[in-house]
Amino acid sequence: MNKLMLSTAIAAVLFAGHASAQSRDTIQIAGSSTVLPFASIVAEEFGNAFPDFKAPVVGSGGSGGGLKQFCQGVGENTIDIANSSRPIKKEEIATCNQNGVNKIHEVKFGYDGIVFATSADQGEFKLEPVHVFKAIAAKVPVDGKMVDNPYTTWNEIDPSLPNQEINVAIPGSNHGTREVFQDNVIAAGCEAAELPADAGEEACETFRQDRVVEISGDYTETLARLQANPATMGVFGLSFYDQNRDTLKVATMSGVSPSLETVASGEYPVSRPLFFYVKGEHIGTIPGIQEYTEFFLSDQMAGAGGTLEGAGLIPMPEEERAAALKSFQDGETKSASN
Amino acid sequence: MTDITASSAASAPNRERIKASLRRRQAAETRFRAFGIGSVLIAVGFVVFLFSTILHDGLPAFWQPVVTVDVFFDPEIIEVDPKPEPLEGQSAAEFQRASLDWQRQVTMVNWNRIIQNSVAREAPDVELSAREIQALIESNERYRLRDMFVVSPGLLGSTVPLELLASANVDVWLKGDIDRSLGNDRQQLPEATRILADRFYEDGRIRMAFASTLFTNTDSRNAPAEAGLLGAFIGSLYMMLIVIVLAVPIGVASAIYLEEFAPKNKITDLIEVNINNLAAVPSIVFGLLGAAVFINYFQLPLSAPLVGGLVLTLMTLPTVIIATRAALRAVPPSLRQAALGLGASKSQAVFHHVLPVTYPGILTATIIGVAQAIGETAPLLLIGMNAFVTTLPTTPLDQSTALPVQIFLWEGNENRNYFEPKTAAAIIILLAVMLVLNAIAIILRSRFERRA
Repeated sequence: MNKLMLSTAIAAVLFAGHASAQSRDTIQIAGSSTVLPFASIVAEEFGNAFPDFKAPVVGSGGSGGGLKQFCQGVGENTIDIANSSRPIKKEEIATCNQNGVNKIHEVKFGYDGIVFATSADQGEFKLEPVHVFKAIAAKVPVDGKMVDNPYTTWNEIDPSLPNQEINVAIPGSNHGTREVFQDNVIAAGCEAAELPADAGEEACETFRQDRVVEISGDYTETLARLQANPATMGVFGLSFYDQNRDTLKVATMSGVSPSLETVASGEYPVSRPLFFYVKGEHIGTIPGIQEYTEFFLSDQMAGAGGTLEGAGLIPMPEEERAAALKSFQDGETKSASN
Repeated sequence: MTDITASSAASAPNRERIKASLRRRQAAETRFRAFGIGSVLIAVGFVVFLFSTILHDGLPAFWQPVVTVDVFFDPEIIEVDPKPEPLEGQSAAEFQRASLDWQRQVTMVNWNRIIQNSVAREAPDVELSAREIQALIESNERYRLRDMFVVSPGLLGSTVPLELLASANVDVWLKGDIDRSLGNDRQQLPEATRILADRFYEDGRIRMAFASTLFTNTDSRNAPAEAGLLGAFIGSLYMMLIVIVLAVPIGVASAIYLEEFAPKNKITDLIEVNINNLAAVPSIVFGLLGAAVFINYFQLPLSAPLVGGLVLTLMTLPTVIIATRAALRAVPPSLRQAALGLGASKSQAVFHHVLPVTYPGILTATIIGVAQAIGETAPLLLIGMNAFVTTLPTTPLDQSTALPVQIFLWEGNENRNYFEPKTAAAIIILLAVMLVLNAIAIILRSRFERRA
């Protein structure tokens, strides 16, 4: 028995030694759950279209989680590409540089809208950013003074909204969606709410704890909240809503109903570009990164009428896509200064 | 006699008291039995509820619609060079490059058009757009045509009756997983496609076939109807093998040493306490440990079953050690004494006489540990196994998922209507694997017990 144990231990060590010596031949991707469906489709098609490369492996973890893994360093046990639904932050670039990741190629590949939706059996919502702000802020201005948020139903905020209890499920801070939500909806709403001068910056960013739930998981978790408590309003990506139109009812924002067309034209106010970040140090070491990126940006994938549009991506205009491809091919990198 | 009557007469109130106490005690017993039956009923009720909902949701997903189509390999669409043959004086590498080029050429053929034209011929009386037809057939079926053509280029110009997989949304529509009365704007399929699907279903051109893709394919996002569990199953299998190969010998050896050979002192006490504590450590902690040690320090690849197996081994070890020690402790000392008394050495006594008696116990411990490990998800999430993988892992170093992680991933898929039943089907398969494992454990144990 001891001999068996010894030989197993030796085998395990040899195995492990062998593992680190062998080079990886599959691209490893992680990050945003909004980008995940698109990246997965491209990965699958890439494996099908290029018989000489293996299909990349795509994980999730949110934009923040993906970039954190991305910036862990250079080497085969780190990921090659990070998906993100927001641009990389300066601090993240600094972390990357500290860990030896200097060639960060930013690739923008399309747009996504952010929608507010309720269960299909609920009332119609015609939202303005200020409604959302007043519903979820910790303190709101009443008669020129900041008071603890007194609203319990939507129609107390504005009589045009349904008489429905306020419960909002917003994406957690690990999601890129959260940032867009904060920048495009809450900041605009905060401005429109005309806070008194002494309210301070953080009044725009502090949410009430009793009626706001932060979701750190995927959109399905938000959907589950809506099913458990139908009086909840959830924040979703447009592509997710598109696949679940039978159970969700979408709210209009500033009078515009979200759709592929209104987001693409910029009419619908809450949209954001989608990115992935390529680790330049790994190009040439891990086979297929260059080809994957070019394939992602090709007409048949990210182009208008391409496969990804069918999955809910809002394609970039032709010139913008060509520019994105060119900037990648020219090897332009992000640095903390720009 | 008189004494007894006297005393019993004297203790009439006493008897009352005894009777009352007896009643009380009997009532307590009845109450306890009622509680017992009640709790058993509640437990059974939960199990029945769980199984019936999972079976109710999941069983339909084992059948999926296929469309019988006469596929015409149209030479006007398939415009490719003849398949390269190995030429005289051509090196193997050159030939391989020529084949790859040719395959890429074949991939570029608009196979969707072939499918669209073939389906349109099945319903010549309706005007359908390419998109409306495309919504009927699962998008990856074009690669099936391509692969058929790559194998036999002679198909060019011929018509072959094929059963093509219907798309996930057609599946949802035909099974009624989406409310069929909803308006056009809330349906996933265009109206024309829905009518076409219903018509094909009625005249038998669409039939429900056994969903063998569930067992033969890996995960797919592009073609949800073709998503299967094979990749995850192989990943789980590799991990189980690693757990069995590592945890059983190490665990059993440590248990034997600690129980039979080690001196009883403070150090072994400390080790014992630690092992018991390790058994209670939440599995996610082992995931963190695995990420830090195996991936960051030993530089093992992300998402690899090898790392998953090592993490699960750490998690299973305490279970195996504790159960093996309990089994060893249950062996009567007389057995050891008899062996030693007849002149056996300490290790002869242990390995020839004590250990064989404990086989059933060790076996049970192993299977329980492995069954626990196969259902474990949390630690695997931290070592990158919650990834979308479309290739089959050929070695434990290739990227892969595991069965419970695949369930987790499908649960998070945005196409809720289609993936909810599919997730339940995956749960049924995972439960079946568990039941098989447990059945093997019971059979092996009863066999060993008979021999002992």
